[in-house]
Amino acid sequence: MIRNKLNMLAAGTRKLSTVLVALLVAVTGAGVHADGHGHGPKVGFIYVGPTGDHGWTYRHDIGRQSLESELGVETTFVESVPEGADAERVIRQLVTSGHELIFTTSFGYMNPTNKVAKDFPDVKFEHATGYKRESDNVSTYSARFYEGRAVIGTIAGHMSKTGVVGYIASFPIPEVIRGINSFTLAMRKVNPDAVVRVVWVNTWYDPGKEGDAAKALIDQGADIIAQHTDSPAALQVAEDRGVYAFGQASDMSQFAPNAHLTSIVNNWDPYYIERTKAVKDGTWTQVDTWNGIREGMVSFSPYGDVVPANVRAAADAVKEGIASGAMHPFDGPFNNQAGDQVIGAGEHLDDGVLLGMDYYVEGVEGDLPG
Amino acid sequence: MVDVLIPAMITIITASTPLVYAALGEMITEKSGVLNLGVEGMMLMGAVTGFIAVTQTSSVTLGILVAMLAGAGMSLVFAALVLGLQATQVATGLALTIFGIGLSALIGQGLVGVAYEGIPKLPIPLLSDIPFIGPILFEHDILVYGSFVITVLLSWFLRKTRAGLILRAVGDSHDAAHAIGYPVIRIRCLAILFGGAMAGIAGGYLSLAYSPLWIENMSAGRGWIALALVVFATWRPGRVFFGAYLFGGITILQLHAQAMGAGVPSQVMSMLPYVATIMVLVLISRDRKKIKMNSPACIGQPFHPSS
Repeated sequence: MIRNKLNMLAAGTRKLSTVLVALLVAVTGAGVHADGHGHGPKVGFIYVGPTGDHGWTYRHDIGRQSLESELGVETTFVESVPEGADAERVIRQLVTSGHELIFTTSFGYMNPTNKVAKDFPDVKFEHATGYKRESDNVSTYSARFYEGRAVIGTIAGHMSKTGVVGYIASFPIPEVIRGINSFTLAMRKVNPDAVVRVVWVNTWYDPGKEGDAAKALIDQGADIIAQHTDSPAALQVAEDRGVYAFGQASDMSQFAPNAHLTSIVNNWDPYYIERTKAVKDGTWTQVDTWNGIREGMVSFSPYGDVVPANVRAAADAVKEGIASGAMHPFDGPFNNQAGDQVIGAGEHLDDGVLLGMDYYVEGVEGDLPG
Repeated sequence: MVDVLIPAMITIITASTPLVYAALGEMITEKSGVLNLGVEGMMLMGAVTGFIAVTQTSSVTLGILVAMLAGAGMSLVFAALVLGLQATQVATGLALTIFGIGLSALIGQGLVGVAYEGIPKLPIPLLSDIPFIGPILFEHDILVYGSFVITVLLSWFLRKTRAGLILRAVGDSHDAAHAIGYPVIRIRCLAILFGGAMAGIAGGYLSLAYSPLWIENMSAGRGWIALALVVFATWRPGRVFFGAYLFGGITILQLHAQAMGAGVPSQVMSMLPYVATIMVLVLISRDRKKIKMNSPACIGQPFHPSS
């Protein structure tokens, strides 16, 4: 593994341009790596975290690797790039070192991506989780993770004995709130009395604190832990305390062989391959992609052994229902936390409402911060 | 209520232990007159190497020992630069942190996704049977007990021993200490190594006990908190320990408060440990004379025997 990375470095340093990127980012503590002598476009990636985070960035890098093995194109990645001015410099450097397609994989890269894109109309940019497409060469893409949360919410509804599920949340932004709500609605379809207790840790990534939050929730009666943070620490706590937990972003079963029910897995591979092919064929056009279970962008690890057959069937039914469009995680009728009806029967919330979601649904305990 | 209280107290102890180790180690380094900002980097190296040692050999002792040595090894680099080559301490310390983050990530690449069940708990016979106090204080792993012992030992060492007096003398006036014949450089080197070893154990505690796994940058800023604790606790072991527990305690209690559904914004809750720790430590340590007495006067200044 280490030798592999050194080889990557060696391959990269043969090109002066890449050396320049390395020099630039060395100052910020970020790392750059290049690989392959491919045919077709050179593809660049910038990551907000380290590739070894076993979460968000890890899954993007898996996507990059399968892009390389599928299409044989040359890719470069720069990891741990802070959001903001540093990001703009790194993106600019990727452009000037000959990359024709650049994936910027964090929300905070939105403005730098659009700024650089205006200066280089021939280069294609793909920004993850953002909403700004200020010039024709910028696409945005994201995944409907809330669909995945409806599936694990269904499992939680079946598996919880205490009727209290603990949810470790990162920051009170629509993406996270949407996940909590989707989870809660699905859970209460199975068990209308079950509640979700949320602990906000105000970080995406602090294994110690995530573990402590899990402990606090379990001590307060939760017998299942769900999370919207990146490390597997909470699963380890669940394993230790003999309760159940769901993994996040990648398959985390090895951290909790008995406690793990399933993990929502972010699967960027098909999208990265499709978009790179489009650049290669000259068919790339601007898109705004928000894919879910149907397209495979939101996928799942295998169920844990503890999940009984009837629960698997129920979860599979939700997966199939969402994939076919027969059901929607935000199908009405349901109420908000105060008990007022949000939407009536026969309708579901549209994407615009989902993107700005800033309230809890009925069944979530506690106040939504700020 | 007791059902919640006991596990909460246990969690507080595990959350505070890494801070106790890292802060006490840094306190000794600073007492000798050297400021090492590389705590975070040394912790991460301790975490990754300790984790490798334990998963490869399944010997807990070896894991802790390796973590300690890795921290000390990192601090040796620091010592060579600031004591040997007279490099600026602040810049060198920062570089050590950045170096430690990068190197630990490189070493730990193959460890992503490797699981470990954590070092065993060692309930102390009889004592652990005491109701309430027993399960809180006497059912921990060896590193938690060690943190209690080392706090007492260091307090005794600084106040009651000749070696402790010499260490303080070197930190207060390296020229005077040098003039009466103490090997300033060697003493500082030992203090730096001790600080490194303690940071290594703190890191080892993170990857072996607190959340037994390795992920890049898993210390998540605890090295910096330890550094701040030393200053706010005015370089006194008892207060460093108290400060670490205050910080750990409020961090855990705010999580419990949230889980119970207390109606306070979570941002305020997350801020609380920092604000409360600073306020309490500043309040109890506001006696200027005592601050002057306990703070190492020569901190951060380079020393060369010839000058």
